[in-house]
Amino acid sequence: MKYDLIVIGAGPAGMAAAGTAARGGLRVALVDSAAQLGGQFHRQPPPELGGGNVRDDPTHERLGRDQSIEQAIQAPAPRRDFLRLRDRLTGVDLHLGCRVWAVEPSFAVHHDGGTLTGERLLIATGAHDRVVPFPGWDLPGVMTAGGAQALLKGNLVVAGRRIAVAGTGPFLLPVAAGLAAAGARVVGVFEAARQMGALARYPAKLAEGAGYAATLARYRVPYHRGQAVVAAHGADELAKVTVAKIDDGWRAIRTREIECDALAVGYGFVPQLDLPVQLGCATTRDSDGSAIVAVDDQMRTSITGVHAAGETTGVGGAELAELDGIIAGHSITGTPLPDGVRRRRERARAFARLLHEVFPVRDGWRDRLRADTIVCRCEEVPYQAICDAQALGAVDTRSLKLLARPGMGWCQGRMCGYAVARLAGEDPPPPRRPIAQPISLQNLAAYPLRSTNDDA
Amino acid sequence: MSGFEIVFSGRPIPVRPGQTIGAALHAAGIRSWRTTRINGRPRGLFCGIGVCFDCLLTVNGEPNVRACLTVARPGDEVTTS
Ligand SMILES: Cc1cc2nc3c(=O)[nH]c(=O)nc-3n(C[C@H](O)[C@H](O)[C@H](O)COP(=O)(O)OP(=O)(O)OC[C@H]3O[C@@H](n4cnc5c(N)ncnc54)[C@H](O)[C@@H]3O)c2cc1C
Ligand code: FES
Repeated sequence: MKYDLIVIGAGPAGMAAAGTAARGGLRVALVDSAAQLGGQFHRQPPPELGGGNVRDDPTHERLGRDQSIEQAIQAPAPRRDFLRLRDRLTGVDLHLGCRVWAVEPSFAVHHDGGTLTGERLLIATGAHDRVVPFPGWDLPGVMTAGGAQALLKGNLVVAGRRIAVAGTGPFLLPVAAGLAAAGARVVGVFEAARQMGALARYPAKLAEGAGYAATLARYRVPYHRGQAVVAAHGADELAKVTVAKIDDGWRAIRTREIECDALAVGYGFVPQLDLPVQLGCATTRDSDGSAIVAVDDQMRTSITGVHAAGETTGVGGAELAELDGIIAGHSITGTPLPDGVRRRRERARAFARLLHEVFPVRDGWRDRLRADTIVCRCEEVPYQAICDAQALGAVDTRSLKLLARPGMGWCQGRMCGYAVARLAGEDPPPPRRPIAQPISLQNLAAYPLRSTNDDA
Repeated sequence: MSGFEIVFSGRPIPVRPGQTIGAALHAAGIRSWRTTRINGRPRGLFCGIGVCFDCLLTVNGEPNVRACLTVARPGDEVTTS
Protein backbone atom coordinates (compact mmCIF):
# COMPACT_ATOMS: atom_id res chain seq x y z
CA MET A 1 0.00 0.00 0.00
CA LYS A 2 1.22 3.46 -0.85
CA TYR A 3 0.55 6.09 1.80
CA ASP A 4 -0.41 9.65 0.95
CA LEU A 5 2.07 10.78 3.60
CA ILE A 6 4.82 9.19 5.65
CA VAL A 7 5.85 11.11 8.75
CA ILE A 8 9.23 10.18 10.23
CA GLY A 9 9.52 11.08 13.91
CA ALA A 10 6.71 10.91 16.48
CA GLY A 11 7.70 13.87 18.67
CA PRO A 12 5.45 16.90 19.04
CA ALA A 13 6.16 17.99 15.44
CA GLY A 14 5.51 14.62 13.80
CA MET A 15 2.47 13.83 15.93
CA ALA A 16 0.87 17.21 15.23
CA ALA A 17 1.53 16.92 11.50
CA ALA A 18 0.29 13.33 11.24
CA GLY A 19 -2.88 14.12 13.16
CA THR A 20 -3.58 17.21 11.08
CA ALA A 21 -3.03 15.39 7.80
CA ALA A 22 -5.20 12.42 8.83
CA ARG A 23 -8.05 14.75 9.75
CA GLY A 24 -7.65 16.31 6.34
CA GLY A 25 -8.44 12.90 4.84
CA LEU A 26 -4.97 11.56 3.97
CA ARG A 27 -3.73 8.02 4.54
CA VAL A 28 -0.85 8.62 6.92
CA ALA A 29 1.95 6.47 8.33
CA LEU A 30 3.80 7.69 11.42
CA VAL A 31 7.21 6.03 11.92
CA ASP A 32 9.49 6.21 14.93
CA SER A 33 12.41 4.16 16.18
CA ALA A 34 11.06 4.41 19.71
CA ALA A 35 8.40 1.97 20.90
CA GLN A 36 6.33 4.82 22.36
CA LEU A 37 4.86 7.97 20.87
CA GLY A 38 6.02 11.34 22.15
CA GLY A 39 9.60 11.96 21.01
CA GLN A 40 11.86 13.69 23.53
CA PHE A 41 9.61 16.22 25.20
CA HIS A 42 6.65 13.85 25.58
CA ARG A 43 8.72 10.73 26.23
CA GLN A 44 6.49 8.14 27.94
CA PRO A 45 7.54 5.13 29.96
CA PRO A 46 6.35 1.88 28.37
CA PRO A 47 2.96 0.60 29.59
CA GLU A 48 4.62 -2.13 31.68
CA LEU A 49 6.25 0.64 33.74
CA GLY A 50 2.92 2.36 34.18
CA GLY A 51 3.18 4.74 31.21
CA GLY A 52 -0.13 6.01 29.90
CA ASN A 53 -1.88 5.68 33.27
CA VAL A 54 -3.86 8.75 34.06
CA ARG A 55 -3.46 8.85 37.81
CA ASP A 56 -4.78 11.45 40.21
CA ASP A 57 -1.54 12.25 41.93
CA PRO A 58 1.44 12.54 39.62
CA THR A 59 3.82 13.78 42.31
CA HIS A 60 6.84 11.74 43.22
CA GLU A 61 7.48 10.54 46.75
CA ARG A 62 10.69 11.75 48.33
CA LEU A 63 13.02 8.88 49.15
CA GLY A 64 13.60 7.44 52.56
CA ARG A 65 17.22 6.75 53.41
CA ASP A 66 17.11 2.98 53.00
CA GLN A 67 14.83 2.96 50.01
CA SER A 68 16.36 2.33 46.63
CA ILE A 69 15.68 5.14 44.22
CA GLU A 70 14.25 2.78 41.66
CA GLN A 71 11.59 1.35 43.94
CA ALA A 72 10.23 4.75 44.71
CA ILE A 73 9.72 6.22 41.26
CA GLN A 74 6.28 5.87 39.74
CA ALA A 75 5.30 6.85 36.24
CA PRO A 76 3.81 10.35 36.26
CA ALA A 77 0.49 10.94 34.54
CA PRO A 78 0.88 11.88 30.89
CA ARG A 79 0.55 15.59 30.19
CA ARG A 80 -2.73 16.76 28.78
CA ASP A 81 -1.10 18.21 25.68
CA PHE A 82 0.41 14.80 24.92
CA LEU A 83 -2.99 13.09 25.25
CA ARG A 84 -4.48 15.68 22.90
CA LEU A 85 -1.77 15.02 20.30
CA ARG A 86 -2.24 11.26 20.71
CA ASP A 87 -6.02 11.37 20.45
CA ARG A 88 -5.81 13.25 17.17
CA LEU A 89 -3.93 10.33 15.60
CA THR A 90 -7.13 8.35 14.96
CA GLY A 91 -6.77 6.64 11.59
CA VAL A 92 -2.99 7.07 11.42
CA ASP A 93 -0.98 3.85 10.93
CA LEU A 94 1.65 3.72 13.66
CA HIS A 95 4.98 2.08 12.84
CA LEU A 96 6.73 2.25 16.20
CA GLY A 97 10.03 0.55 16.94
CA CYS A 98 11.02 1.13 13.29
CA ARG A 99 14.41 2.78 12.81
CA VAL A 100 14.65 4.50 9.43
CA TRP A 101 18.11 4.11 7.94
CA ALA A 102 17.57 5.40 4.43
CA VAL A 103 15.03 7.29 2.35
CA GLU A 104 14.98 7.18 -1.41
CA PRO A 105 13.48 9.74 -3.77
CA SER A 106 9.90 8.86 -4.74
CA PHE A 107 9.59 7.93 -1.57
CA ALA A 108 10.71 4.58 -0.25
CA VAL A 109 11.38 4.67 3.47
CA HIS A 110 13.63 1.81 4.58
CA HIS A 111 13.43 0.87 8.24
CA ASP A 112 14.88 -2.08 10.08
CA GLY A 113 11.60 -3.98 9.76
CA GLY A 114 10.88 -3.32 6.08
CA THR A 115 10.05 -0.59 3.58
CA LEU A 116 7.14 1.86 3.36
CA THR A 117 6.26 3.90 0.30
CA GLY A 118 4.46 7.21 0.17
CA GLU A 119 3.49 10.06 -2.13
CA ARG A 120 4.98 12.58 0.27
CA LEU A 121 7.25 12.72 3.22
CA LEU A 122 7.48 14.75 6.36
CA ILE A 123 10.71 14.67 8.33
CA ALA A 124 10.48 15.46 12.03
CA THR A 125 13.49 13.67 13.48
CA GLY A 126 14.27 16.27 16.15
CA ALA A 127 17.68 16.89 17.68
CA HIS A 128 20.26 15.44 20.02
CA ASP A 129 22.31 17.00 22.81
CA ARG A 130 25.21 19.28 21.90
CA VAL A 131 28.29 18.42 23.91
CA VAL A 132 31.77 19.88 24.20
CA PRO A 133 34.77 17.92 25.48
CA PHE A 134 36.50 18.59 28.79
CA PRO A 135 38.99 16.50 30.79
CA GLY A 136 37.25 13.41 32.17
CA TRP A 137 34.04 13.78 30.12
CA ASP A 138 34.25 10.16 29.02
CA LEU A 139 34.06 8.79 32.59
CA PRO A 140 31.00 6.61 33.27
CA GLY A 141 28.57 8.70 35.31
CA VAL A 142 28.94 11.66 32.96
CA MET A 143 25.86 11.78 30.75
CA THR A 144 24.22 14.26 28.46
CA ALA A 145 21.44 16.27 30.07
CA GLY A 146 18.96 14.82 27.59
CA GLY A 147 20.27 11.34 28.29
CA ALA A 148 19.71 11.73 32.03
CA GLN A 149 16.23 13.06 31.26
CA ALA A 150 15.43 10.17 28.91
CA LEU A 151 16.64 7.65 31.50
CA LEU A 152 14.28 9.16 34.05
CA LYS A 153 11.26 9.79 31.80
CA GLY A 154 11.45 6.57 29.80
CA ASN A 155 12.86 4.11 32.35
CA LEU A 156 12.13 5.72 35.73
CA VAL A 157 15.81 5.44 36.60
CA VAL A 158 17.72 8.31 38.22
CA ALA A 159 21.20 8.79 36.75
CA GLY A 160 22.88 8.89 40.18
CA ARG A 161 22.48 9.74 43.86
CA ARG A 162 24.48 13.00 43.93
CA ILE A 163 24.11 14.72 40.60
CA ALA A 164 25.56 17.90 39.14
CA VAL A 165 23.67 19.50 36.23
CA ALA A 166 25.74 21.72 33.97
CA GLY A 167 25.94 23.38 30.58
CA THR A 168 23.77 26.11 29.17
CA GLY A 169 20.15 26.69 28.27
CA PRO A 170 16.68 26.57 29.76
CA PHE A 171 16.61 22.78 29.43
CA LEU A 172 18.87 22.43 32.48
CA LEU A 173 15.94 23.54 34.66
CA PRO A 174 13.48 20.71 33.96
CA VAL A 175 16.35 18.21 34.07
CA ALA A 176 17.47 19.35 37.53
CA ALA A 177 13.92 19.70 38.82
CA GLY A 178 12.95 16.25 37.58
CA LEU A 179 15.99 14.59 39.12
CA ALA A 180 15.49 16.35 42.46
CA ALA A 181 11.79 15.49 42.58
CA ALA A 182 12.63 11.86 41.80
CA GLY A 183 14.80 11.65 44.88
CA ALA A 184 18.33 12.44 43.71
CA ARG A 185 20.45 14.95 45.57
CA VAL A 186 21.18 17.60 42.94
CA VAL A 187 24.33 19.35 44.13
CA GLY A 188 23.85 22.31 41.83
CA VAL A 189 22.91 23.64 38.41
CA PHE A 190 25.92 25.26 36.77
CA GLU A 191 24.66 27.55 34.01
CA ALA A 192 27.33 29.17 31.87
CA ALA A 193 25.18 32.15 30.88
CA ARG A 194 24.91 35.13 33.19
CA GLN A 195 22.58 37.72 31.66
CA MET A 196 19.00 36.51 31.29
CA GLY A 197 17.03 39.72 31.69
CA ALA A 198 15.94 39.73 28.05
CA LEU A 199 13.70 36.72 28.71
CA ALA A 200 11.35 38.95 30.71
CA ARG A 201 9.70 39.91 27.42
CA TYR A 202 8.00 36.49 27.45
CA PRO A 203 5.91 36.33 30.64
CA ALA A 204 4.45 32.87 29.91
CA LYS A 205 7.92 31.38 29.50
CA LEU A 206 9.11 33.21 32.58
CA ALA A 207 6.28 31.65 34.58
CA GLU A 208 7.29 28.20 33.33
CA GLY A 209 10.86 28.88 34.46
CA ALA A 210 9.60 30.14 37.82
CA GLY A 211 7.78 26.83 38.31
CA TYR A 212 11.04 24.93 37.91
CA ALA A 213 12.85 27.44 40.12
CA ALA A 214 10.28 26.79 42.85
CA THR A 215 10.93 23.04 42.60
CA LEU A 216 14.67 23.64 42.82
CA ALA A 217 14.15 25.84 45.87
CA ARG A 218 11.97 23.20 47.53
CA TYR A 219 14.76 20.65 47.18
CA ARG A 220 17.47 23.22 48.07
CA VAL A 221 19.19 22.94 44.70
CA PRO A 222 21.46 25.96 44.10
CA TYR A 223 21.32 27.55 40.64
CA HIS A 224 24.64 29.19 39.72
CA ARG A 225 25.00 31.50 36.74
CA GLY A 226 28.32 32.16 35.06
CA GLN A 227 29.72 28.80 36.18
CA ALA A 228 30.73 25.64 34.36
CA VAL A 229 31.98 22.16 35.03
CA VAL A 230 35.50 22.27 33.60
CA ALA A 231 36.74 18.77 34.54
CA ALA A 232 35.44 15.42 35.77
CA HIS A 233 37.50 13.12 37.98
CA GLY A 234 37.43 9.50 39.06
CA ALA A 235 39.28 6.25 38.50
CA ASP A 236 36.76 4.10 36.64
CA GLU A 237 33.69 6.19 37.45
CA LEU A 238 32.85 9.78 38.18
CA ALA A 239 33.69 10.77 41.77
CA LYS A 240 33.87 14.57 41.59
CA VAL A 241 33.83 17.52 39.24
CA THR A 242 35.78 20.78 39.09
CA VAL A 243 33.44 23.74 38.84
CA ALA A 244 34.70 27.14 37.74
CA LYS A 245 33.43 30.67 37.70
CA ILE A 246 33.85 31.70 34.09
CA ASP A 247 34.17 35.04 32.33
CA ASP A 248 32.16 36.20 29.33
CA GLY A 249 34.44 34.26 26.99
CA TRP A 250 34.01 31.15 29.22
CA ARG A 251 37.58 31.16 30.52
CA ALA A 252 37.85 29.73 34.03
CA ILE A 253 38.48 32.29 36.77
CA ARG A 254 38.28 30.45 40.08
CA THR A 255 37.68 26.74 40.64
CA ARG A 256 36.38 24.43 43.35
CA GLU A 257 35.70 20.71 43.54
CA ILE A 258 32.35 19.07 44.25
CA GLU A 259 31.76 15.41 44.95
CA CYS A 260 29.10 13.72 42.86
CA ASP A 261 28.49 10.35 41.22
CA ALA A 262 26.70 11.69 38.15
CA LEU A 263 26.93 14.73 35.89
CA ALA A 264 24.19 15.68 33.44
CA VAL A 265 25.73 18.09 30.95
CA GLY A 266 24.32 19.75 27.85
CA TYR A 267 25.10 22.80 25.75
CA GLY A 268 21.89 22.99 23.75
CA PHE A 269 20.95 20.70 20.87
CA VAL A 270 22.06 19.71 17.38
CA PRO A 271 19.34 19.11 14.76
CA GLN A 272 19.31 15.59 13.26
CA LEU A 273 19.71 16.10 9.53
CA ASP A 274 20.77 12.69 8.21
CA LEU A 275 17.59 11.88 6.32
CA PRO A 276 16.91 15.31 4.77
CA VAL A 277 20.55 15.57 3.67
CA GLN A 278 20.30 12.08 2.16
CA LEU A 279 17.34 13.28 0.13
CA GLY A 280 19.24 16.35 -1.03
CA CYS A 281 17.17 18.90 0.89
CA ALA A 282 18.89 22.28 0.98
CA THR A 283 20.23 23.32 4.38
CA THR A 284 20.81 26.69 5.94
CA ARG A 285 22.09 28.09 9.26
CA ASP A 286 20.06 28.74 12.38
CA SER A 287 20.87 31.86 14.39
CA ASP A 288 23.17 29.75 16.63
CA GLY A 289 25.19 28.57 13.62
CA SER A 290 23.63 25.07 13.55
CA ALA A 291 22.96 23.49 10.18
CA ILE A 292 19.19 23.10 9.72
CA VAL A 293 16.85 22.05 6.91
CA ALA A 294 15.77 25.07 4.90
CA VAL A 295 11.96 25.39 4.77
CA ASP A 296 9.56 28.03 3.47
CA ASP A 297 6.60 29.38 5.45
CA GLN A 298 4.64 26.21 4.60
CA MET A 299 7.43 24.00 6.02
CA ARG A 300 8.28 22.80 2.49
CA THR A 301 11.90 21.80 1.88
CA SER A 302 13.70 22.38 -1.42
CA ILE A 303 12.70 18.87 -2.58
CA THR A 304 9.20 18.59 -4.02
CA GLY A 305 7.00 16.42 -1.82
CA VAL A 306 9.20 16.67 1.24
CA HIS A 307 8.22 18.77 4.25
CA ALA A 308 10.18 19.13 7.48
CA ALA A 309 9.02 20.27 10.91
CA GLY A 310 10.24 20.59 14.47
CA GLU A 311 13.84 20.78 15.57
CA THR A 312 15.28 19.52 12.27
CA THR A 313 14.32 23.01 11.08
CA GLY A 314 15.79 24.79 14.11
CA VAL A 315 16.00 24.09 17.82
CA GLY A 316 13.26 25.87 19.74
CA GLY A 317 11.44 23.47 22.06
CA ALA A 318 8.25 21.46 22.02
CA GLU A 319 5.70 24.22 21.52
CA LEU A 320 7.41 25.53 18.39
CA ALA A 321 7.83 21.98 17.11
CA GLU A 322 4.12 21.29 17.50
CA LEU A 323 3.14 24.53 15.74
CA ASP A 324 5.54 23.63 12.89
CA GLY A 325 3.80 20.28 12.62
CA ILE A 326 0.34 21.85 12.43
CA ILE A 327 1.46 24.24 9.69
CA ALA A 328 3.10 21.41 7.75
CA GLY A 329 -0.02 19.26 8.07
CA HIS A 330 -2.29 21.99 6.73
CA SER A 331 0.13 22.77 3.93
CA ILE A 332 0.14 19.11 2.87
CA THR A 333 -3.65 18.73 2.94
CA GLY A 334 -4.27 22.19 1.48
CA THR A 335 -6.60 23.08 4.33
CA PRO A 336 -6.68 26.55 5.90
CA LEU A 337 -4.66 27.18 9.05
CA PRO A 338 -6.70 27.78 12.20
CA ASP A 339 -6.64 31.38 13.43
CA GLY A 340 -3.66 32.38 15.46
CA VAL A 341 -1.38 29.46 14.58
CA ARG A 342 0.93 31.51 12.43
CA ARG A 343 1.13 34.33 14.94
CA ARG A 344 1.88 31.90 17.78
CA ARG A 345 4.55 30.27 15.67
CA GLU A 346 6.21 33.62 14.87
CA ARG A 347 6.31 34.38 18.57
CA ALA A 348 7.72 30.94 19.47
CA ARG A 349 10.33 31.27 16.72
CA ALA A 350 11.34 34.73 17.99
CA PHE A 351 11.66 33.28 21.50
CA ALA A 352 13.87 30.49 20.15
CA ARG A 353 16.14 33.09 18.53
CA LEU A 354 16.30 34.98 21.82
CA LEU A 355 17.31 31.77 23.62
CA HIS A 356 20.17 31.31 21.18
CA GLU A 357 21.31 34.86 22.06
CA VAL A 358 20.95 34.48 25.82
CA PHE A 359 22.48 30.98 25.98
CA PRO A 360 25.31 31.00 23.42
CA VAL A 361 28.20 28.54 23.44
CA ARG A 362 31.47 30.47 23.71
CA ASP A 363 34.75 29.08 22.46
CA GLY A 364 36.41 29.40 25.89
CA TRP A 365 35.63 25.69 26.48
CA ARG A 366 38.66 25.01 24.27
CA ASP A 367 40.97 26.32 27.01
CA ARG A 368 40.11 23.30 29.18
CA LEU A 369 41.44 20.76 26.70
CA ARG A 370 44.69 19.09 27.68
CA ALA A 371 46.93 17.12 25.33
CA ASP A 372 45.34 13.84 26.45
CA THR A 373 41.71 15.02 26.61
CA ILE A 374 39.64 12.81 24.33
CA VAL A 375 37.88 14.89 21.67
CA CYS A 376 36.31 12.02 19.66
CA ARG A 377 34.96 9.37 22.02
CA CYS A 378 34.59 6.68 19.34
CA GLU A 379 38.01 6.81 17.71
CA GLU A 380 39.63 8.04 20.96
CA VAL A 381 41.27 11.00 19.29
CA PRO A 382 43.06 13.16 21.89
CA TYR A 383 43.33 16.93 21.60
CA GLN A 384 47.05 16.54 20.86
CA ALA A 385 46.24 14.65 17.64
CA ILE A 386 44.01 17.54 16.54
CA CYS A 387 46.83 20.00 17.24
CA ASP A 388 49.32 17.79 15.36
CA ALA A 389 47.01 17.65 12.34
CA GLN A 390 46.61 21.42 12.46
CA ALA A 391 50.40 21.82 12.58
CA LEU A 392 50.53 19.68 9.42
CA GLY A 393 48.24 22.14 7.70
CA ALA A 394 44.78 20.70 8.34
CA VAL A 395 43.01 24.02 8.65
CA ASP A 396 39.39 23.06 8.03
CA THR A 397 37.03 20.47 9.51
CA ARG A 398 37.28 18.17 6.53
CA SER A 399 41.05 17.89 6.48
CA LEU A 400 41.15 17.59 10.28
CA LYS A 401 38.89 14.56 9.95
CA LEU A 402 40.99 13.02 7.23
CA LEU A 403 44.24 13.47 9.15
CA ALA A 404 43.29 12.88 12.79
CA ARG A 405 40.11 10.82 12.22
CA PRO A 406 37.74 12.44 14.71
CA GLY A 407 34.13 11.66 13.78
CA MET A 408 35.03 8.55 11.76
CA GLY A 409 33.78 6.01 14.32
CA TRP A 410 30.44 4.50 15.28
CA CYS A 411 28.58 7.73 15.99
CA GLN A 412 29.76 9.28 12.72
CA GLY A 413 30.66 12.56 14.37
CA ARG A 414 27.33 13.18 16.04
CA MET A 415 29.04 13.67 19.41
CA CYS A 416 32.28 15.45 18.44
CA GLY A 417 31.13 17.20 15.24
CA TYR A 418 30.42 20.50 16.93
CA ALA A 419 33.70 20.52 18.87
CA VAL A 420 35.89 19.54 15.91
CA ALA A 421 34.33 22.21 13.71
CA ARG A 422 34.83 24.89 16.35
CA LEU A 423 38.44 23.77 16.84
CA ALA A 424 38.85 24.43 13.13
CA GLY A 425 37.16 27.80 13.63
CA GLU A 426 34.08 26.85 11.59
CA ASP A 427 30.39 26.29 12.16
CA PRO A 428 29.64 22.57 11.89
CA PRO A 429 28.90 21.53 8.29
CA PRO A 430 25.65 19.60 7.59
CA PRO A 431 26.26 15.87 8.05
CA ARG A 432 26.79 13.54 5.09
CA ARG A 433 25.83 10.06 6.22
CA PRO A 434 24.60 7.75 3.47
CA ILE A 435 23.23 5.42 6.15
CA ALA A 436 21.39 7.13 8.99
CA GLN A 437 21.41 4.11 11.31
CA PRO A 438 23.56 0.98 11.49
CA ILE A 439 21.80 -1.87 9.69
CA SER A 440 22.27 -5.52 8.90
CA LEU A 441 24.29 -6.51 5.84
CA GLN A 442 21.20 -8.21 4.49
CA ASN A 443 19.31 -4.92 4.46
CA LEU A 444 22.29 -3.09 3.05
CA ALA A 445 22.81 -5.62 0.25
CA ALA A 446 19.32 -4.84 -1.01
CA TYR A 447 19.99 -1.12 -1.10
CA PRO A 448 21.67 0.69 -4.01
CA LEU A 449 24.27 2.98 -2.45
CA ARG A 450 24.54 6.24 -4.29
CA SER A 451 27.39 7.91 -2.49
CA THR A 452 30.49 6.95 -0.62
CA ASN A 453 31.27 7.59 3.00
CA ASP A 454 33.63 10.50 2.48
CA ASP A 455 31.83 12.43 5.16
CA ALA A 456 33.17 15.94 5.49
CA MET B 1 3.81 -7.75 35.32
CA SER B 2 6.27 -8.11 38.18
CA GLY B 3 10.03 -7.79 37.87
CA PHE B 4 12.40 -10.33 36.34
CA GLU B 5 16.11 -10.82 35.91
CA ILE B 6 18.67 -10.72 33.16
CA VAL B 7 22.20 -12.01 33.45
CA PHE B 8 25.18 -9.69 33.00
CA SER B 9 28.50 -11.56 32.82
CA GLY B 10 27.14 -14.24 35.16
CA ARG B 11 25.53 -11.81 37.58
CA PRO B 12 21.72 -11.55 37.95
CA ILE B 13 20.37 -8.04 37.39
CA PRO B 14 16.82 -7.09 38.43
CA VAL B 15 14.66 -5.45 35.77
CA ARG B 16 11.39 -3.57 35.98
CA PRO B 17 9.47 -4.75 32.90
CA GLY B 18 9.74 -2.24 30.09
CA GLN B 19 13.18 -0.97 31.07
CA THR B 20 16.05 -1.03 28.62
CA ILE B 21 19.08 -3.19 29.34
CA GLY B 22 21.15 -0.03 29.83
CA ALA B 23 18.68 1.40 32.34
CA ALA B 24 18.55 -1.86 34.32
CA LEU B 25 22.36 -2.10 34.48
CA HIS B 26 22.70 1.56 35.44
CA ALA B 27 20.03 1.19 38.14
CA ALA B 28 21.89 -1.84 39.51
CA GLY B 29 24.98 0.32 39.93
CA ILE B 30 26.77 -1.08 36.88
CA ARG B 31 27.68 2.04 35.00
CA SER B 32 30.18 0.70 32.50
CA TRP B 33 30.11 -2.54 30.55
CA ARG B 34 32.74 -2.32 27.88
CA THR B 35 36.20 -0.88 27.41
CA THR B 36 37.46 1.06 24.43
CA ARG B 37 39.72 -0.49 21.79
CA ILE B 38 42.73 1.77 22.13
CA ASN B 39 42.99 3.01 25.71
CA GLY B 40 40.81 0.41 27.43
CA ARG B 41 38.60 3.14 28.91
CA PRO B 42 35.29 2.13 30.53
CA ARG B 43 32.06 3.07 28.75
CA GLY B 44 28.36 2.97 29.67
CA LEU B 45 25.41 5.27 29.02
CA PHE B 46 26.20 8.70 27.64
CA CYS B 47 23.57 10.12 25.26
CA GLY B 48 20.80 7.78 26.38
CA ILE B 49 18.97 7.95 23.04
CA GLY B 50 20.93 5.81 20.60
CA VAL B 51 23.19 8.47 19.12
CA CYS B 52 26.65 8.05 20.71
CA PHE B 53 27.18 4.24 20.58
CA ASP B 54 29.08 4.31 23.88
CA CYS B 55 26.69 1.77 25.38
CA LEU B 56 27.31 -1.16 23.01
CA LEU B 57 27.13 -4.68 24.42
CA THR B 58 26.38 -8.26 23.34
CA VAL B 59 22.87 -9.62 23.94
CA ASN B 60 22.23 -13.37 23.57
CA GLY B 61 25.26 -13.59 21.29
CA GLU B 62 24.37 -10.60 19.11
CA PRO B 63 27.23 -8.07 19.29
CA ASN B 64 27.12 -4.27 19.13
CA VAL B 65 23.63 -3.81 20.52
CA ARG B 66 22.81 -0.38 21.94
CA ALA B 67 21.91 -0.95 25.59
CA CYS B 68 20.05 2.35 25.85
CA LEU B 69 17.54 1.40 23.15
CA THR B 70 17.09 -2.32 23.73
CA VAL B 71 14.28 -3.35 26.06
CA ALA B 72 15.32 -6.18 28.41
CA ARG B 73 13.51 -9.52 28.16
CA PRO B 74 13.43 -12.18 30.87
CA GLY B 75 16.55 -14.32 30.78
CA ASP B 76 18.58 -12.13 28.42
CA GLU B 77 22.28 -13.03 28.60
CA VAL B 78 24.32 -9.87 28.38
CA THR B 79 28.08 -9.66 28.00
CA THR B 80 30.57 -6.97 27.16
CA SER B 81 30.99 -6.24 23.43
C1 LIG C 1 17.56 13.34 24.79
C2 LIG C 1 16.68 14.56 24.77
C3 LIG C 1 15.75 14.76 25.81
C4 LIG C 1 14.94 15.90 25.81
N1 LIG C 1 14.06 16.06 26.83
C5 LIG C 1 13.32 17.21 26.89
C6 LIG C 1 12.46 17.46 27.99
O1 LIG C 1 12.33 16.62 28.89
N2 LIG C 1 11.81 18.65 28.06
C7 LIG C 1 11.96 19.58 27.08
O2 LIG C 1 11.38 20.67 27.18
N3 LIG C 1 12.73 19.37 26.00
C8 LIG C 1 13.43 18.21 25.89
N4 LIG C 1 14.26 18.00 24.83
C9 LIG C 1 14.28 19.00 23.75
C10 LIG C 1 13.44 18.47 22.56
O3 LIG C 1 14.32 18.39 21.50
C11 LIG C 1 12.20 19.30 22.23
O4 LIG C 1 11.54 19.67 23.41
C12 LIG C 1 11.14 18.59 21.37
O5 LIG C 1 10.94 17.26 21.81
C13 LIG C 1 11.45 18.61 19.90
O6 LIG C 1 10.36 18.06 19.19
P1 LIG C 1 10.52 17.42 17.74
O7 LIG C 1 9.18 16.91 17.37
O8 LIG C 1 11.18 18.37 16.84
O9 LIG C 1 11.54 16.21 17.91
P2 LIG C 1 11.65 15.01 18.97
O10 LIG C 1 10.75 15.18 20.10
O11 LIG C 1 13.10 14.86 19.22
O12 LIG C 1 11.15 13.75 18.14
C14 LIG C 1 11.89 13.21 17.08
C15 LIG C 1 11.56 11.75 16.95
O13 LIG C 1 12.15 11.24 15.76
C16 LIG C 1 12.59 9.95 16.00
N5 LIG C 1 13.66 9.63 15.05
C17 LIG C 1 14.82 10.30 14.83
N6 LIG C 1 15.54 9.72 13.87
C18 LIG C 1 14.83 8.64 13.47
C19 LIG C 1 15.05 7.62 12.49
N7 LIG C 1 16.16 7.60 11.73
N8 LIG C 1 14.11 6.65 12.35
C20 LIG C 1 12.98 6.65 13.11
N9 LIG C 1 12.72 7.60 14.04
C21 LIG C 1 13.63 8.58 14.21
C22 LIG C 1 13.07 9.95 17.43
O14 LIG C 1 13.01 8.65 17.98
C23 LIG C 1 12.09 10.91 18.10
O15 LIG C 1 11.03 10.22 18.72
C24 LIG C 1 15.07 16.85 24.77
C25 LIG C 1 15.98 16.64 23.74
C26 LIG C 1 16.78 15.51 23.74
C27 LIG C 1 17.76 15.31 22.62
S1 FES D 1 23.96 5.75 25.38
FE1 FES D 1 24.42 6.72 23.49
S2 FES D 1 23.88 5.15 22.09
FE2 FES D 1 23.29 4.28 23.95
